[in-house]
Amino acid sequence: MSERLTRFFASRRGIVLVGAIIGVLGPLLQKLGNPPNMGICVACFERDIAGALGLHRATAVQYIRPEIIGFVIGSLMAALVFREFKARAGSAPLVRFVLGAFAMIGALAFLGCPWRANFRLAGGDLTALPALIGLAGGIWLGVIFLKNGYNLGRSQKTYAAVGWIFPLLMVGLLLLAVLQPVFAEGGPIFNTPEGKGPGALHAALGVSLGIGLLIGFLAQRTRFCTMGAVRDVILMGDTHLVSGLGALLVTAFLTNLAFGQFHPGYAAQPVAHSNLIWNMLGMALSGLAYALAGGCPGRQLFLAGEGDSDAGVFVLGMIVGAGFSHNFGLAGSPDKLVDGSLQVGGLTPAGMAAVVLGIVVCVLIGFTMREKLA
Amino acid sequence: MTTKVDARGLSCPQPIMLAQQAMQAGEFPIEVWVDSVTSRENVRRIAERKGYTVIVQEQNSEFVMTISK
Repeated sequence: MSERLTRFFASRRGIVLVGAIIGVLGPLLQKLGNPPNMGICVACFERDIAGALGLHRATAVQYIRPEIIGFVIGSLMAALVFREFKARAGSAPLVRFVLGAFAMIGALAFLGCPWRANFRLAGGDLTALPALIGLAGGIWLGVIFLKNGYNLGRSQKTYAAVGWIFPLLMVGLLLLAVLQPVFAEGGPIFNTPEGKGPGALHAALGVSLGIGLLIGFLAQRTRFCTMGAVRDVILMGDTHLVSGLGALLVTAFLTNLAFGQFHPGYAAQPVAHSNLIWNMLGMALSGLAYALAGGCPGRQLFLAGEGDSDAGVFVLGMIVGAGFSHNFGLAGSPDKLVDGSLQVGGLTPAGMAAVVLGIVVCVLIGFTMREKLA
Repeated sequence: MTTKVDARGLSCPQPIMLAQQAMQAGEFPIEVWVDSVTSRENVRRIAERKGYTVIVQEQNSEFVMTISK
């Protein structure tokens, strides 16, 4: 029975079904309170967690997002049920940390990860198109490195306890979210005040957690990955993962239509800017970093849940990257309508420099970390 | 002559790339060692798509996959 389920989830029908389910759940979370075109955004939600902990002080984006916790614990549960939990470590963790940090800086230049890019597109935000092109460009560059022998080396089996550290960190976060202890006057834990930004918009904790758990479970079984989807097409013409992503896009679009959440346009889309160049370059940086690290931000959470501590280090890199991004003013600022006229958002000069620096660092990593394995 | 590919401890997409290289080299049967169900299913999918036969044996939570024509 277990083996039959495993084969089903590994099949084309399995990945399409799971992509379609995630495509419905994203807009549903938006309907239930999450920010517009941000039913699910792994990068944004990790950024919100960084804010809630006080790692950055951007008041607009501070909230412990239970979806992230659910992704990890759901994946852990699936891995335990199907006996796939395997603690492993030691594949260049510091490099993965740096890749995670720059992946986040790139993601916040655009204001979203590949998950949100697809949900933005499905909500009618056409600025997601150049971003997805940039993402594919970054992944394409990563594939060139892969073909030239780039890899971060083998991980080793290790003590089971190592694999439990990341899920336990998530349990700790959940306790902070539920108990909301006060550590100092005014926080942490920080929470965006009502009406002061997307951090204040969220579904009920239990709903977010439950949907996160479900997605974590299903994604662990199917290895759903928004970066791998594009990479596998470029690398070997394999359309397995991308069929899941395609299903997500279709059902997200239909669900948005049904909920009246589809608002086509280019400028002044919610929590988005229409600066074409930096949307593209930000996502190109992210795409390259995900490709070099072997998974999109969602996949890194699912891997961390099934015992891959190197993936956990990547996630911690992303959370720290979010801290830098907001503390140093590197994140994109959204388009604004001021007295009826459009103010196009985008990056500060420091933000632009950080994206370029990130691309340079990733290219150096790609060039210098090559070996023949066979 | 059996071609041996050790893809244990390698993360996605290295196991598939190594298996693919071996399949292109054409020295069958190919024995691919992997240590995760993810890699097992990925390698199986790619090999079966090319019309090869895949037999999997589990050994101490590792998998030995024999790919033959």
